[in-house]
Amino acid sequence: MALQIETDVLVIGGGLAGCWAAIAAAEAGADVILADKGYCGTSGVTATAGPNHWWVPPDAEKRTQAVRDRNNRALGLADPRWMARIIDTTWRTLPTLADYYQHSITDGGVPHYQSLRGPEYLRALRRYAEVRGVRILDHSPALELLLHADGAVAGARGLRRQEGPPTGRDWTVRAAGVVVATGGCAFLSKLLGSRNNTGDGHLMAAEAGARLSGMEFSTYHTVAERHSTQTRSAPYAFADYFDAEGREIDTGADPDVTLPIARALLAGPVYATLARMPADLRAILPQIQPAILLPFQRQGIDPFTQRFAITLHGEGTVRGTGGLRLTDEDCQTDVPGLYAAGDAATRELIAGAVSGGGAQNSAWALSSGTWAGQAVVRLARVRGRRAREVAEATGGAGLRPAGTPDAADLNGQLAEGVRAEMLPYDKILFRRAPVLTRSLDTLDGLWRVARDHLTPGADATSRVRAREAAALVACARWTTATALLRTESRGLHRREDAAALDPGQAHRLLSGGLDRVWVTPDATAASAQVA
Amino acid sequence: MIELILADRCTDCDTCVQVCPTNVFDARPGGPPVIARQEDCQTCFLCELYCQSDALYVAPNCDEPVAVDAGAIVASGLLGQFRRDSGWHEWAGQSPNLHWRMGELFARGRKPVAAPTP
Repeated sequence: MALQIETDVLVIGGGLAGCWAAIAAAEAGADVILADKGYCGTSGVTATAGPNHWWVPPDAEKRTQAVRDRNNRALGLADPRWMARIIDTTWRTLPTLADYYQHSITDGGVPHYQSLRGPEYLRALRRYAEVRGVRILDHSPALELLLHADGAVAGARGLRRQEGPPTGRDWTVRAAGVVVATGGCAFLSKLLGSRNNTGDGHLMAAEAGARLSGMEFSTYHTVAERHSTQTRSAPYAFADYFDAEGREIDTGADPDVTLPIARALLAGPVYATLARMPADLRAILPQIQPAILLPFQRQGIDPFTQRFAITLHGEGTVRGTGGLRLTDEDCQTDVPGLYAAGDAATRELIAGAVSGGGAQNSAWALSSGTWAGQAVVRLARVRGRRAREVAEATGGAGLRPAGTPDAADLNGQLAEGVRAEMLPYDKILFRRAPVLTRSLDTLDGLWRVARDHLTPGADATSRVRAREAAALVACARWTTATALLRTESRGLHRREDAAALDPGQAHRLLSGGLDRVWVTPDATAASAQVA
Repeated sequence: MIELILADRCTDCDTCVQVCPTNVFDARPGGPPVIARQEDCQTCFLCELYCQSDALYVAPNCDEPVAVDAGAIVASGLLGQFRRDSGWHEWAGQSPNLHWRMGELFARGRKPVAAPTP
């Protein structure tokens, strides 16, 4: 039998942002459901990482300086007010985790709040949420949003993939508001922890009427051992890189080695060694990040004395900045009652055209989640749950084929089609108009297949994969169309055929649409940036 | 990707079935779980971290399945290492969490910037 729940707040996604959203809502006294595709505690890219948070004490001068430094690097697309807000919310909120996370007492004798181990952080957030009364639905991917007749969000539907018949047990949650915290879209690259990050929330929100922003800023890459997912970048600060002939690759003074390494990888295999890491740091590396050395040890590689093959994994919008556009300070999307938090939302507000990296993005996830969770509680108090009103399902591709259902397994075919356009370095890091145009044509073709023929499938796994495939195609189209329209290079977006920054394009680009993808300059953002 | 569930260590607690973020395992009545969807494994090692009997082995290769010799892996001492280094469960307090020193890696690893040539 299907699971039917009425609640105040529904949070979709149980990573960093989703957990903080659920905790904030529960703290404010609301009934909260948190539904995660996987397991809240291991799901999402933070659980496998070691997030640092943007951490500036409440000293007016220091905070002004911190915001000014980052705003100067944001290439005109960030908003200093949002930066100041996340610094403040992070400073006040992160220490509340102390009952559930054993913060290190550093040499100075003070708790070190800002930098945490991912698995322990997410385990702590789960406990915190449970103690506050959040009801967590694990292995319960959302498939679509529900809308009221007036256009406000009414809830969501999904399935519990480990329960019920082979197709899973369906769930429906009716809520006063919904927080989408489904993470960025990593396009099924092998980025550590990103398998679930297929842009499901982007698709669901777009079907409900939401717009996106900044999808062209999606080119961040991270080094890993060749066959490994271990994209923990810290030890690679000591890396030297070599080509197949043993010649050292000049990566320049910039700590970001993406472009020279990508060029070298396009020409042939690339090798690295961490020989420059001093002995004292080698000795404590397992206590800093216990998973970092596992791939080496399990292959009998000594990364400190040997050269090993490496690769670059694309991060899509994870450490890119694009995502759902926000319309107010509560992180509401274009859809009334639908909020976006963490990597599912655009991070242009805090990072502009460059990556928010670790520290800014973690502070953003915590803060945007907290604000969105609190906002839905206020909404619930004003408007009620509206759970008895008729609501309409909004899901299309991968749920309800518009044409003849195709029994063939299209999920894998569509996912591979997206990977072929979104992962090759020459297409993503060295963008050119003719290649982008061809990619968009290909992706439009994949969308027609997804829309017309993609069917949910006969078991829980293929029901989820069908929606993932549709979401991947949708995100790839918004990304590619936006990259095509931005005829300049700015931050993470690089065009080989327009290498300079064009002062006339210092505006954000909105995108959206399903059958017809559109891209347009964001007029409202441009004026806000001047402030 | 996940390669091994060691039946003689597994206590059938099904924790891995629950905590795997990508739903790789299926529980099985009266026996250890099975690796049902290996292709979905994201090689995050988190199942090993949660497995208190050290009965799981994730091979570091995320691109394709690899043949592993269970006997050699048991003998290698690799099983349970992630848990030990992380100080989880019975290892609490025995492996300090030095994550706060992460910044040192970035700071000390940065290459000295060469002085500009006149």
